[in-house]
Amino acid sequence: MAFWLLQSLNGLALGGLLFLLSSGFSLIFGLMRVANLTHGAYFMLGAYVGLSALGAGSGFTAAAAAGALAVALAGALVERLLLRRLAARPPAQRTLAQVLVTLGLAFIIADGCLWIWGGDPMPLPLPPALAGAVRMFGLAFPVYRLAVVVLALLVALALWLGLERTRIGAMIRAGVDDMEMASGLGLPVSRLFTAVFALGAALAGMGGVLGGPILSVYPGLDVDMLPLALVVVILGGIGSLPGAFAGSFVIGFVYTFGQALLPDLAYVILFLPMVLVLVLRPRGLFGARAA
Amino acid sequence: MRRWPAAAALALLLVPLVPSAYYVNVASQVLIAAVFALSLNLLVGYAGLTSLGHTAYLGVAAYAAGWLTSRAGLGHLPAAAAALTLTVATAAFFGVLALRGTGLAFLMITLALGQIVWGVAYRWVSLTGGDNGLTGLTRPRPFGLDLGSPGAFYLFTLAVAALTFAALALYVRSPLGAAVEGSRDQPRRLRALGHSVWMVRWLTFVLAGAGGGVAGLLFVYYNQFVGPQALSLTASAEVLLMVISGGAGTLVGPIVGAATVVVLKNVVSAYITRWVMLLGAVFVLIVVFVPEGLVPGLRRLWRPRSRSRG
Amino acid sequence: MSRRCLPLVLLLLAAAAAPARAQEPIRVGFLTVRSGALAAGGRQLEEGFQIFLKERHGTVAGRKVEVVWADTAGQPALTKTKTQELVERHRVHVIIGPLAAFEALAINDYIKQVEVPIISSSAAAEDLTQRKLNPWFVRAVGTSAQVTQPLGDYAAKVLGYRRVATIADDFAYGHEGTSGFQRVFEDNGGRVVQKLWPPLNVADYGSYIAQIKQDVDAVYAGFAGANGLRFLKQYAAYGLKGKIPVLGNMTNTDEGILKSMGDEAVGAMSAGWYSAAVDTPANRRFVEAVRAEFKADPGYYTAGAYTAGLFLEAALKAVNGRIEDRAAFMKALRSVRLTDGPVGPLRLDEYGNPVMNVYIRRVERRDGRLVNAVIHTYREVSQFWTYDPKAFLANPVYSRDFPPAKHLE
Repeated sequence: MAFWLLQSLNGLALGGLLFLLSSGFSLIFGLMRVANLTHGAYFMLGAYVGLSALGAGSGFTAAAAAGALAVALAGALVERLLLRRLAARPPAQRTLAQVLVTLGLAFIIADGCLWIWGGDPMPLPLPPALAGAVRMFGLAFPVYRLAVVVLALLVALALWLGLERTRIGAMIRAGVDDMEMASGLGLPVSRLFTAVFALGAALAGMGGVLGGPILSVYPGLDVDMLPLALVVVILGGIGSLPGAFAGSFVIGFVYTFGQALLPDLAYVILFLPMVLVLVLRPRGLFGARAA
Repeated sequence: MRRWPAAAALALLLVPLVPSAYYVNVASQVLIAAVFALSLNLLVGYAGLTSLGHTAYLGVAAYAAGWLTSRAGLGHLPAAAAALTLTVATAAFFGVLALRGTGLAFLMITLALGQIVWGVAYRWVSLTGGDNGLTGLTRPRPFGLDLGSPGAFYLFTLAVAALTFAALALYVRSPLGAAVEGSRDQPRRLRALGHSVWMVRWLTFVLAGAGGGVAGLLFVYYNQFVGPQALSLTASAEVLLMVISGGAGTLVGPIVGAATVVVLKNVVSAYITRWVMLLGAVFVLIVVFVPEGLVPGLRRLWRPRSRSRG
Repeated sequence: MSRRCLPLVLLLLAAAAAPARAQEPIRVGFLTVRSGALAAGGRQLEEGFQIFLKERHGTVAGRKVEVVWADTAGQPALTKTKTQELVERHRVHVIIGPLAAFEALAINDYIKQVEVPIISSSAAAEDLTQRKLNPWFVRAVGTSAQVTQPLGDYAAKVLGYRRVATIADDFAYGHEGTSGFQRVFEDNGGRVVQKLWPPLNVADYGSYIAQIKQDVDAVYAGFAGANGLRFLKQYAAYGLKGKIPVLGNMTNTDEGILKSMGDEAVGAMSAGWYSAAVDTPANRRFVEAVRAEFKADPGYYTAGAYTAGLFLEAALKAVNGRIEDRAAFMKALRSVRLTDGPVGPLRLDEYGNPVMNVYIRRVERRDGRLVNAVIHTYREVSQFWTYDPKAFLANPVYSRDFPPAKHLE
């Protein structure tokens, strides 16, 4: 009984973490059809910036904001200067060029982080308010992990409300659905796209800081996190933010229970179910559009 | 322009005369990477299917050949044949799974399958040696020739690479090759003409896997070891980058991409500590100036006045 | 005719009579890692060797030393290429490195082929000095299990533990260390009742920590790289610190990551062939030099590379600087005996592996910094512990399945 409850909480916490990691990727892919393979590097960059902010004496919230802002800026520049040029290319070539440029940027950012912050792994300090633990079954369950679940919920809610209930959200959705019509109506479509990309990047950067107390910050964090984000988004359904939310928790549970019950399959516990789901349902669990 | 291929062929043949064994070895590595990239190009460039799990086929072939020769005592020729057969079977099976989706779903399924193969290589220690891999492997002796010296091995690799290149060129120019490009550009029209788009894609997938297997054999013969690091996601991304940066959908593009990455990784890294950043910057610059890839892009820049195909 | 030849003949005679020692510098090829996840260890290796050279003003046994640094990025195929570059292009006389065990195994056959002496400054793979012997290979550091075997002894005999759960990185280094601990611990009456193997790059240890049996006497933790830091942090977050003691391998609380840890590490025990807190004049000097230059305490990698330097020096002195005579130099390397170095007294066994001190350590706070305080020293510890080498080698190499765990619950 204790085992099931504890691991359920762990699964929940991992799910929350995964959503904070992958929401940005899902947003960008869902709205702009860009597979932003720099995502893991943005996550790591945000974590490092947050670490420096904390080192300079800022509070945790400010550090998360710093991480988000720094990466948002980087994302905006990337979209404006690099991705925008590819929009005019034929679709097959555009996808490949996007892969090339986003991976190239990932290399640059990853090596840049190694250069600036060095190779030593660094823990991200917990916010003091959330540093406690809840006692249960002889273990203390860290409060921060529960907080991560709440944070994931808040982010999901904010994104959903922002896209569905605000004017800007409506403009973005219009631009995505029919770009020509939208710009014909006078909507600043290209500026909106830059904003969306920046927001996706900001979510990645913020996710890095919020995930930092659990994951720590180290070179290679980007390579470890990117496949997880991809798995979540694909499993949950491409283009579906609620899908990514659900997918995060499904993966969180599958991974947590899977490696505990089937330790020999620990390396494939994420990918085996994913292959199964995709083979049976190529659009993912909750995907609306065809993949 | 007609003289380029002949000049290139001559230059390739003369490489073993270079006094430094080190550079001859680098040239062998470029060729192996080129074979690998050419095989992936079938999928990415000609069929329009981006795969992030291509190292699975290199891995299956390399591990199979390595295991069969070192642990099962098989000779190199039967081991190579068995390894390639296993690789083709794997590609056939994986192809059925992967082709359930296109676009990002395809990418993700291939990524997942590649990671599963990596996981098996890492974890099935009794079979694969785990993270230590299989070491102490030997090189084959085709027709009794000793491939121990860098020059001899290079010429062997060159022969295999040339055959692979020729096979791919034939394929691309064949009706099947045309059908593959059709499946990329105009799948509906192809279906209307009575072709099975799925079959065309699946055959291409299997061929690409077979090519990856050939690269895997060359890899294990060259290095005389194989480890799971060669099957990582990073390695799959690297070969994809070789194809795209050189020019997907062209015959020569992947070779140029492979040469760029291999030279940067092995040679330039000795002079520049931040070579990873440099590699990334090269990719970004390629996208800025020649987004269709180095080979088509340079062709375009070389002849600004002639009309391009569009 | 003979008059014109005379100056030439005299010149030739003079050249022939000149001392046999060549004046060109010794070229050392150093395989390090500067990119990727292992970069921190690579940097520490370089720092250790740089301190060694700086102390001697770049001259060892009367000859200048030139270092060619090669970045392998921790990828074995690249390691092989870089090794080839060092041997064929730079014609190095000796190689130090590589960082990782799987890299060393990948180049083992090539080294045998080209017959270039190699001194491992960190690669701990057991078989390199057991079942995959290479006459050109010596190790300046211990094997994975060399430190965990005494730890098993200490846990059973001194600490009196009876039931232990193990949790370690799921790769060869983690397997070998755990096996060494388990074997000696169980031979002395202990029982390993649970074995957990988190993957090397797992995102989160929470679900593993939640599985640890609550009624064990201690947890053996065999992590490497950044994982010791992440594990201990989460171990404390889940309230197990202070409840169940931690016995770590050498890299669990290595000085390289200890400096970034906090209270969660205090009290964690471990075993290692080095600690920055070893209280000898030689080590105090070494630690001060490293602190002054690099603002951090030396750990596994720094001490390993420095000791490799000491090996180089000792062997060079034994051959009067004639590193060109490879066979003689290799023989001298295998006969190296260090009495006064940071790691303490050391000599090589017939397999090319050190017989050295193993320190049982506990993390304590001293002068505001965390250190691996030495609480017990096992002297003259071999890679085979107290087992007969021939019998040891007749067994398969330590792995996840050997020795088999007979007491799992």
